[in-house]
Amino acid sequence: MKRPPMTEGLIGGLVVALVAAPMGCFILWRRMVFFGAAVSHSALLGVALGLALGISVTAGVVLITAAVGVMLVILRRDKRLADDTILGVVAHGALALGLIALALMEGPDIDLEAVLFGDITSITSGDLVWIFAGGATGLVVLGALWKHLLAMTIHEEMAMIEGAPVALVRIVFMLTLAVVVGVALKVVGALLIVSLLIIPAAAARRLTTGPEAMAAIAALIGVVSVLGGLQAHVAWEIPAGPAVVVVAVVIFGITFGAGRKSV
Amino acid sequence: MHSGAAEPILGAENVSLVLGDHSILSGVDLAVAPGESVTLVGPNGAGKTMLLRVLMGLVPPTSGVVTRKPGLRVGYLPQTMIADATLPMDVQRFVAIGTSASKARRSKALEDVGLGALSRRPIHDLSGGEMRRAMLARALLRDPDILVLDEPVQGVDLPGQVELYDRIAKAKSDRGCAVLMVSHDLNLVMAATDRVICLNHHICCEGAPDSVRDHAEYRALFGDEVDGLAVYTHHHDHAHGADGEVVPIDQAAHETAAHD
Repeated sequence: MKRPPMTEGLIGGLVVALVAAPMGCFILWRRMVFFGAAVSHSALLGVALGLALGISVTAGVVLITAAVGVMLVILRRDKRLADDTILGVVAHGALALGLIALALMEGPDIDLEAVLFGDITSITSGDLVWIFAGGATGLVVLGALWKHLLAMTIHEEMAMIEGAPVALVRIVFMLTLAVVVGVALKVVGALLIVSLLIIPAAAARRLTTGPEAMAAIAALIGVVSVLGGLQAHVAWEIPAGPAVVVVAVVIFGITFGAGRKSV
Repeated sequence: MHSGAAEPILGAENVSLVLGDHSILSGVDLAVAPGESVTLVGPNGAGKTMLLRVLMGLVPPTSGVVTRKPGLRVGYLPQTMIADATLPMDVQRFVAIGTSASKARRSKALEDVGLGALSRRPIHDLSGGEMRRAMLARALLRDPDILVLDEPVQGVDLPGQVELYDRIAKAKSDRGCAVLMVSHDLNLVMAATDRVICLNHHICCEGAPDSVRDHAEYRALFGDEVDGLAVYTHHHDHAHGADGEVVPIDQAAHETAAHD
């Protein structure tokens, strides 16, 4: 079999799926879906920053998503605003700002559609280095924080009283999310990243009875979604990023139907 | 006052807390000795939970000093723990959170609280009383120096309350861990504690359960409920209503009159 042109894209997609899905489990458990979306949408602004500063796009995205994430953590302490109000304002504010920034610097380098929805076929071996580094960082950090994150998910105050470094864990989780968003951008794009985080996790919920199993099955479902989505992309010439998401949604639908007896 | 021979593992000296315009705590002195069980009682809004949070280091006091023994191991039972159905977790996995106890010890701990048969059940399918027992088993698996419980029987039916207090007392006597408990009901808590601290923003009175019960400030705060207490401590299996208000009307009237 000859080497298909998308080998880099395939490998990149698989790595991103492997790390995004377990991370997405915590986003589901901790009811942070909208938070994940807000952070992801700010990636657009990161692309603009990366291009403007002449640093890599991935670095720009990580910087901006991390900054937005930290800002959200701080803003959420202000009890005058409901969480979803803050997130709604920031998510769409960041998206709009990003679109303007990209429009202002419109040049031959920018393909807005690729930024929004991903362009897996454009992944180069240079990108793969970033993706491997980011993916490995994400998995290592998640593994190191796992027991604290789980205790915080059960009861944050309990975790704090029993000695978990809650504030630190929250910030590190946020920064890791920024890194994952940064490296996932090329695979699924700013608008669809959140789906790669949460849909495999949601699909795994019905199949599992423990948190570790759910994270593992979610990663597997993420991998299958990437494989299936890219297959569909090649076979039917449909956009790759959305195809990956649709495969994940189909798996979610199947597990949801199959798992109805429990819960 | 406690005898104070042993160094306290947890203490507050002249602790005050002001939040906004509200004085929540003022001039609170408190010490918990190793192996001692202390119960904070007081009406709703008296600052009991806030005092607990200050003692646990979650909220810095406005003034005063909180001391905890270095390396103090706490087993904490929060007031409510809502098991979210998005998180798949059965009872045996739940009790492993925050502890490195072996599987054998975890099974034993579940047997001890009567949840051996439910070890594979998802925690969001547990009743209120079962969840409390699982929370107690989890906290005890941490081998705590002190067990901290915020309203440990809230949402549990009366027989379940009796049983929980018995288990807490047993954990204390078996393991020698201290117990710090918050309660706004007086019914069963008194029987299971060494010392009662009656809190209404400041410490009104404290001492052994029997001495506190007769204290004027205490009776002024709790009024009718004081005699309800006697009913419950003497008839543990009695099927009263949940909030302990089932005192005969003539008796309650008599009690109110006796105050003045």
